[in-house]
Amino acid sequence: MLTDEPLFAHRNADTPFAFDRGWIITAGQYLADVMSLAARLPAAPLLNLCIDRYRFAVALGAALVAERTVLLPPDRTPVTLEALRNQGALALLTDEAERHDGPDTIVAVTTGSDPAPGFTVPRIAADHPAVVLFTSGTTGTPVGTGKTWRSLCRSARAEATALGLTDRSRLSILGTVPAQHSYGLESTVLLALQMGFAFDASKPLFPADVRDALARLPRPRLLVTTPVHLRALCEDPVAPPPADLLLSATAPLDTTLARRAETQFDAPLAEIYGCSEAGQIATRRTTENPAWRPMDDLRMTQDHAGTWIDGGHVPGRVLLADVIDLRPDGTFLLHGRAADLVNIAGKRSSLSHLNHHLNAVPGVTDGVFVIPDDGNVGTVTRLSAIAVAPGLTADAILAALRERLDPVFLPRPLRLVDRLPRNATGKLQRRQLLALLAGDEESPR
Amino acid sequence: MTNLASTALQSPAEAELAAVIVEALNLEIAPQDIAPEAPLYKEGLGLDSIDILEIALVASKRYGVQIKADDAENVRIFASLRALSDHILRHRPAPGEGHRPA
Repeated sequence: MLTDEPLFAHRNADTPFAFDRGWIITAGQYLADVMSLAARLPAAPLLNLCIDRYRFAVALGAALVAERTVLLPPDRTPVTLEALRNQGALALLTDEAERHDGPDTIVAVTTGSDPAPGFTVPRIAADHPAVVLFTSGTTGTPVGTGKTWRSLCRSARAEATALGLTDRSRLSILGTVPAQHSYGLESTVLLALQMGFAFDASKPLFPADVRDALARLPRPRLLVTTPVHLRALCEDPVAPPPADLLLSATAPLDTTLARRAETQFDAPLAEIYGCSEAGQIATRRTTENPAWRPMDDLRMTQDHAGTWIDGGHVPGRVLLADVIDLRPDGTFLLHGRAADLVNIAGKRSSLSHLNHHLNAVPGVTDGVFVIPDDGNVGTVTRLSAIAVAPGLTADAILAALRERLDPVFLPRPLRLVDRLPRNATGKLQRRQLLALLAGDEESPR
Repeated sequence: MTNLASTALQSPAEAELAAVIVEALNLEIAPQDIAPEAPLYKEGLGLDSIDILEIALVASKRYGVQIKADDAENVRIFASLRALSDHILRHRPAPGEGHRPA
C-alpha cells in the first residue's frame, strides 16, 4: 500500500486545473497558490469556509502540504462556530478578507501567486488525517467524521471507475453543491484532483446561472447536482445547454425526473448513494435500473443489526442506517433512504429531527415518527407516530408537539403503545411499525 | 391581521406575486399577510435558499424573468416582496418577447 499520494494528478504546469468565469486557472498556478497559503497558515484549527470552489481547493491543498487537518463545517452559523471552538479560537479560511465578530482569525485565501520555478507536485502522507466532515446531528450539535488522505484518494478513484471516467483525459466539472459537503467534496474537487480534471470555481443556484456556467465550460462536461436543482433546471422554460454526464445525490431521484433531465441535457444521468460515515457507496443509472451497484472493493454484509459496509475507502466497518434489500448479484435496492427526509406541503424536515422533539416531550419515554407506505416523498402526505408515554394522552402529547413543530408535521394518528418493538441493537423494523399502526386493538387511550 | 401603515399595503402586482409565492411554496400564511417591506429571508418570512430557488423558477415560468446570483442587485431583489415585485416588473419582457404570464 502506498505510504503517500500526490496532491493532484495534473501532468504539467499548464494543464487546466479550474475555470473561473471563463478564465483557465492552470495546475502551475494552483501549486503556487497552495504553497503561498501553506507558508502563512496560523496555528489555530483550520475551518475551510470558502464558497468559491477554487479557493476551497487552495485552502485544502495548503492544509495538506502543511500537514494540517482541515475542518469542513456544514454552515458558518454562530452556533456551529461555537460548537467547534472546543479547543479555543479558530482560523477561518474565507474567500475574501472580512470583518468577524468573535475570537477567531480570518485568513483570506488569495489567488494569482507568483509561480516558483519547476513543477513538483507535493506528496501527502496516505495516513494523514486530511479532513473532518460535519453533519448536523439529531440534536443540532455538529457531528464530525475524519477522513485520511488515502481514504479520500481511493474514494475519488472508485467514483471515477464507477462512472466510467477512468479513460478520460479531460473533463470539466460544474457543481451546484458546496465543497464542504461530502458529496460536493468527492464529486467536484477530489474527483478533479485525483483524475487530473478541471472544475468550475462557481457554485450556481439559479437555473440561469447554472446554464451560463455550464455553457462556458469546454466539453466533455459533468454537472454535479441534486434532485432539487435538477427539477428547477428541468421546469424552467429556458432549455439548458448539453452536458456529457449528470450526477445527482443527497436524495433519490424519481425515474420521471431522471428521464426528463437526460432528455433536456442530452446526457446520461447517474446517481450516487452514500452516507457521511462511509462516504460514497454505490451508483446507479436511474433510467435503466433501480438497483444500486456498490463501488469497487466495497463489501456489503447483512446480519440481525442491518447492513454493514467495509473495504475500499470505507474506514473500518460501517452500519448503514438505511433499509437495504441485498440481491444475489451484489446489487441492492434501497428502501427507506428517503425515510429520513420529510417534505410535507413544501415544508422540509427529517425524521431524526422530528423524533428528537417527540422524545423531548416530558412523559414520553420512547417514540418514533413513521412515513406511511402510501406517502411518497415530495407529495403532500401526513406522518404517523408511535409513542410510549405512561400516564399521558395522545392529545396531551399533540399539544406539546404543537409548541415544538410546524403544524404540517403533527402526526395523524399518534398511537400510544406499551413499548416499541426494538430489536437486540435497539433498532426498529419499519415493517413492525407499520403493523402496529395498522392494528386497531391498540387504539389511543 | 393587516398592518394599516401605508407602506404595508400591497400593490396589485405585489398581491398577485404574493399569491403566486404562497401557492408555489405551500406557505402557511395568507398572501395578504405578507408585509411588502418585510425581509423574505430567514427572520422575515423565513425562506431558505431552496425556497428562493423556487421563487426564481416562478419568476421565469410566470413572468419570463431570469434571476441571476451574479446580478449585483441580488441581495436587494430578495430583500422584500416589494423589491422582488419591482425587479420582476422592470425586467418583464415586452409583449411578443419571451414568456407571457400564464
